Amino acid sequence: MNAPGYFLSHLWFIPLFPLISSAVMFFFGRRLSKEAVNLFCVGTVFLSFLHALGAVLKLLALPASQRVYQQILFPWVTPGAMPTATGMVNFVADWGYLLDPLSCVMVIVVTFVGFLIHVYSIGYMAHEGGYYRFFGYLNLFMFSMLTLVLANNLLLLFVGWEGVGLCSYLLIGFYFLKKFAADAGKKAFIVNRIGDAGFLLGLLLVAATFGTVRFTSQGLPDPAAFSGILQTLANMVAQHQVAYGASVFTAIALLLFVGAAGNSAQIPFYVWLPDAMEGPIPVSALIHGATMVVAGVYMVARMSAIYQLAPVAMDVVAVVGAATAIFAATLAVVQTDIKKVLAYSTISQLGYMFLALGVGAFAAGVFHLMTHAFFKALLFLGAGSVIHSLSGEQDIRKMGGLRYTIPATSVPFLFATLAITGVPGLSGFFSKNEILGHIFNRHQMMDRYLVLWVVGIFTAGLTAFYMFRLLFETFYGMSRVSIALEGHIHESPKTMTVPLMILAFFSIVSGWLALPILWGEESPFERFLEPSLRGVEVDTGEIAFGRHTLLAEYSLMAASVALVAVGWWLAYKLYLDSPKLHTKLAESWPRLHNLLIHKYYVDEIYDALFVNRIKDLSTALGFFDSKVVDGLGVDGAGWLVRRFSRISIWWDKWVVDAVVNLLGRFPKFLSMPMRMFQTGVFSTYAVFILIGLAVLLGYYGHHVQIFVRTLH
Amino acid sequence: MPIGHYLFLSLALFLIGAIGVITRRNVLIVLMSIELILNAVNINLVAFSRYFGDVAGQVFALFIIAAAVAEAAVGLGIIIAFFRNRETVLADEMDLLKW
Repeated sequence: MNAPGYFLSHLWFIPLFPLISSAVMFFFGRRLSKEAVNLFCVGTVFLSFLHALGAVLKLLALPASQRVYQQILFPWVTPGAMPTATGMVNFVADWGYLLDPLSCVMVIVVTFVGFLIHVYSIGYMAHEGGYYRFFGYLNLFMFSMLTLVLANNLLLLFVGWEGVGLCSYLLIGFYFLKKFAADAGKKAFIVNRIGDAGFLLGLLLVAATFGTVRFTSQGLPDPAAFSGILQTLANMVAQHQVAYGASVFTAIALLLFVGAAGNSAQIPFYVWLPDAMEGPIPVSALIHGATMVVAGVYMVARMSAIYQLAPVAMDVVAVVGAATAIFAATLAVVQTDIKKVLAYSTISQLGYMFLALGVGAFAAGVFHLMTHAFFKALLFLGAGSVIHSLSGEQDIRKMGGLRYTIPATSVPFLFATLAITGVPGLSGFFSKNEILGHIFNRHQMMDRYLVLWVVGIFTAGLTAFYMFRLLFETFYGMSRVSIALEGHIHESPKTMTVPLMILAFFSIVSGWLALPILWGEESPFERFLEPSLRGVEVDTGEIAFGRHTLLAEYSLMAASVALVAVGWWLAYKLYLDSPKLHTKLAESWPRLHNLLIHKYYVDEIYDALFVNRIKDLSTALGFFDSKVVDGLGVDGAGWLVRRFSRISIWWDKWVVDAVVNLLGRFPKFLSMPMRMFQTGVFSTYAVFILIGLAVLLGYYGHHVQIFVRTLH
Repeated sequence: MPIGHYLFLSLALFLIGAIGVITRRNVLIVLMSIELILNAVNINLVAFSRYFGDVAGQVFALFIIAAAVAEAAVGLGIIIAFFRNRETVLADEMDLLKW
């Protein structure tokens, strides 16, 4: 292809900027002023956004068939030759970035919404401690998420995947001095990890089957040198090595979906998301609303080529998605904490996205991902603004009538609610109806899709009900704010309300990308994404289905709007019209109400089945450690040493000391006779002198005799 | 006069002196006995000097007298010093150097 230009060839800058600023925060952050932190962290995210925008615009300038750009920074994992299903392959996983229509959408969403949330955090976290730490973690998250969406192979995607899991843990437990927050962080990370185990198995299976983890080899300067999954798959299918519905594809798809379910909070791994609301609001908005939780959706869409060849796995995805959607929606109805309602709402909307992916409407799922990012971020940030205005109050039973006092928050929030419920004209309407329309379309082939459609549309009604309930309880009606807080209600600063307005604008407008479906044409968004999601040409043995008629389209829309209206009317009746009606309703069905309040006792079941059993295991092992290892080993060794020291003592006392004493006593014994000579009395010494003299005389006596004889 | 007579006298004095040194308890008597021994030796020397006509014997006797005087003085000094410390002049009780 022709010269890439600055933005595309510097694609790797996009994740690099937040990485640099997070490193600066970790090393020097303590010494920096708040303004410096702001400049660094928000500035780098803004730079990433500009680069992303430039790269996407550059890509859009190319004709549709050439909109793929890859760059490889360096070959990263090079274990050498590896046996695969197709023979020996030289396996290489490189550190490279890929920009194609799918990652375009993701990178714009991540950097733009991320940037707005960073700006919001300046205002929200202004009075909190650990300012630099927060932004450091948040930027580390941006790096991981951008690595995830821009990765050109599954292994690098997994690196980003793990990174966002880590940052999620760090940020949920940001107020780590609060036990519940720390526990929530742990829960998130551990549940995520279980999903990651499935992901890793799926990744290994992909590597073993295809000999590569690279997505595609398009867009490289030399496509023949490397081969991507897409190309290998096409080859395998063309040579009839594998068939549609082969079990290896099902296995890969299901394993990867386990990972997606962990990260994106589907059944049975959703339990960490409501607890994750312990983290600060910007964290909930960014990580658990707009970006991290959609990583699973992105990953499935990315691997759509494989999913399209595994119909069993697709059914599983669709059913799990639908079940999660309606399950979470029923729970959101009774929550009283403003953040928890939004958490369950997120789980429910994610279920929608997976439902879309599961029925084969990959583009519709990604479209909903994009619109959801805008209005869910707006909902969370708006909730944060409300909490900020009420100096920390989060219980919606203690709110009400706020639209008069904080209009700068309530108006964007209203638009977000309208968007999420699917009021005509706003973004949610388009994306939801795309999904529902696709499901209904498929049902003409298989009746079971009708069930999914019914579940989907019923969930839409529930969504409308609980969202309008939230809106009414928080902003409308009589003020139930406690007297102490009443006087302190103040509007949030500009740095918080301006992002709200920007997000509100996009919540309205982003859906218009699919406007042409209103007059029967294909949505431009879907056409844009089509090259990424095409998959491999294969004879599936199914009849290709065309788009349904315009009449069918409008009837479906009417049906969904009708349900939205019903939901709105119910919320109005129960919460605004007669304020105590909902309490009376709760009292008349206490068992059902209890079940919902306790979240179907899922956490308790998990505790009994898994958590406490593992704790029991560790108690047992601890017992073993203290009694056996410490008792026998450590104490026993000590006992043995003490026994040996007894023997040493005896030896030392009776053998060694005896020798020493003997050596001392012997000279003493020998000298005993000699001592007797030293009487100290002169007389004795005089005797010895004379004895000596006598001896001398006797010895030399014969000389005296001779001498005496000569005298005579 | 045969020299034997002088030698015999010398020997007798020497023995008396020697037995006094060994036997006597009072250390002053021991000192006097030592003088006796020395004087016995003097007689011996002078006798031999007369017999052989060599004056060296008499000269040596003079040396011995001088030495005896010095030694008596020092000995007395020691005894007096000892007496001042231990209040005794009996040899049996002077056993500080006993084992």
